[in-house]
Amino acid sequence: MNIREILEHPHVWLAEGAEASVAISSRIRLARNLSDAAFPGWAGEEERVRVWEHLRSVLSRLPAMEGAVFAGNDELTEMDRFLLFERHLISREHAGRGRGSGIVLRPDESVVIMVNEEDHLRMQALSAGLRLSDAWQAIDTVDSQLDAKVSYAFSPRWGYLTACPSNVGTGLRASVMLHLPGLALMEEIGPLVKGVSKIGLTVRGLWGEGTDAHGHMFQISNQVTLGEREEDIIRNLEQIVSEIIGHEQNARGRLWRDRRAVLLDHVGRAAGILANAHILSSREALDLLSVLRLGMDMGILSGVSRSDVQKLMLVSQPAHLQWHEGRPLESFERDQARAALVRGVLATVLGAVKRGRRKKK
Amino acid sequence: MKCEMCHINEANVHLTQVVGGEVRKLHLCEKCAKESGVDIQDPMAIADLFLGLGQTPSETGPGEVTGCPRCHLGRSDFKKTGRLGCPECYVHFRAELAPLLKAMHHGDRHVGKRPCGAAVAERQLESLDDLRRRLDEAVASENFELAAKLRDEIRALSGERPPASP
Repeated sequence: MNIREILEHPHVWLAEGAEASVAISSRIRLARNLSDAAFPGWAGEEERVRVWEHLRSVLSRLPAMEGAVFAGNDELTEMDRFLLFERHLISREHAGRGRGSGIVLRPDESVVIMVNEEDHLRMQALSAGLRLSDAWQAIDTVDSQLDAKVSYAFSPRWGYLTACPSNVGTGLRASVMLHLPGLALMEEIGPLVKGVSKIGLTVRGLWGEGTDAHGHMFQISNQVTLGEREEDIIRNLEQIVSEIIGHEQNARGRLWRDRRAVLLDHVGRAAGILANAHILSSREALDLLSVLRLGMDMGILSGVSRSDVQKLMLVSQPAHLQWHEGRPLESFERDQARAALVRGVLATVLGAVKRGRRKKK
Repeated sequence: MKCEMCHINEANVHLTQVVGGEVRKLHLCEKCAKESGVDIQDPMAIADLFLGLGQTPSETGPGEVTGCPRCHLGRSDFKKTGRLGCPECYVHFRAELAPLLKAMHHGDRHVGKRPCGAAVAERQLESLDDLRRRLDEAVASENFELAAKLRDEIRALSGERPPASP
């Protein structure tokens, strides 16, 4: 199996987990380095190649990574790397790296390891919905197995040593991807970001900048990595995320109660445009698909599934779109291809909206 | 109040940070704040700025002169990128990193998971640091015989090879 074959299969993005209407996926990332090599950003290419070859061979014998696919960045096309980036399996920085960096991926996409990103090892476990503890267990196992085979850079005082001091200690970043259209439409994202940052967590848009997140998709994660135990970091984040999910559901309830006409209009217009547009920018597609997902989650819309919407959000992105079309596309061609793709999937939705409205009256 | 960087514009960005138990205040104009990359969301950028302004070049440690003995990363390289060069940089730049880490995190001591071979590796790092300090002293006091002996010990322990065969 190779990376392309993995990308053909269903993955964490489309699976449904706990609290699925708001929490899309959970992720735990561990940063680790070998004690006897310079960090990737400072090492020369030869040293990076040596580290990648060494880790590739060690990881291939790890029980927790059985069946995983290994690929050096230079063995993948730029398109492959950007597909992986759009799936949130690797970072944008890693997608831009060449020889001496690599990717190790379990076929079910539950664990992915970037070798020689900013640190020698960036190991991530992903699960659908709000399931941080599952992700932690998965990555903790990989980490412990690897620990027995290599010598990690570690200091009893400062913990796992990382290229950037902001990751030192546990090297752990836990994050949950949340869909927060209710809070966004009620204009309550700003206060949320402010409140959350006061308690050592970060909220940022998955696409777009800051609170101006396209598609109302947000990633919330811990900022602090030193001075707290892994389990406490995870429990704390899980607790705050549960509260945010409560706020989002509350906001949706208030939208339905106090601004029903506006909400129905939003959802109806989103469905109308998506089902009929011939030119769709990435931003417009994400924003409208987000509203469509909200309409579906609130029972306003039927005939379209959550995974349909999720898939369209994914496939609307440039690399996926070009992969789907089988050729490189200019920006304007992409906007047309995106619109055609969305129209194809949502042809039946307009009728569904009418039905939904009658039912709600 | 004038901006502490350009000394021309009115300062309207006011930062307060506790670095190593000491409260530092910084007043900048919007332009300088933006140019020096002050991102209020990013503790790294703020800490870096404080450390950078709080210390004049004459106060810098031996790191600036020699760089990290293992990877040769200099203090200025770290300031430029915010990234360290190798695990041993944490020993070498310890004095500068301690307040930075304290300001960035919820404590300055790791309390989480530990690798199984951790104790061994750390003892090695600590003793290397100690050997290097003694080497500096030996060179300073012109005790070259001792210096050569210490140098060989450091090489043996760190896996460094003589400069002739890198």
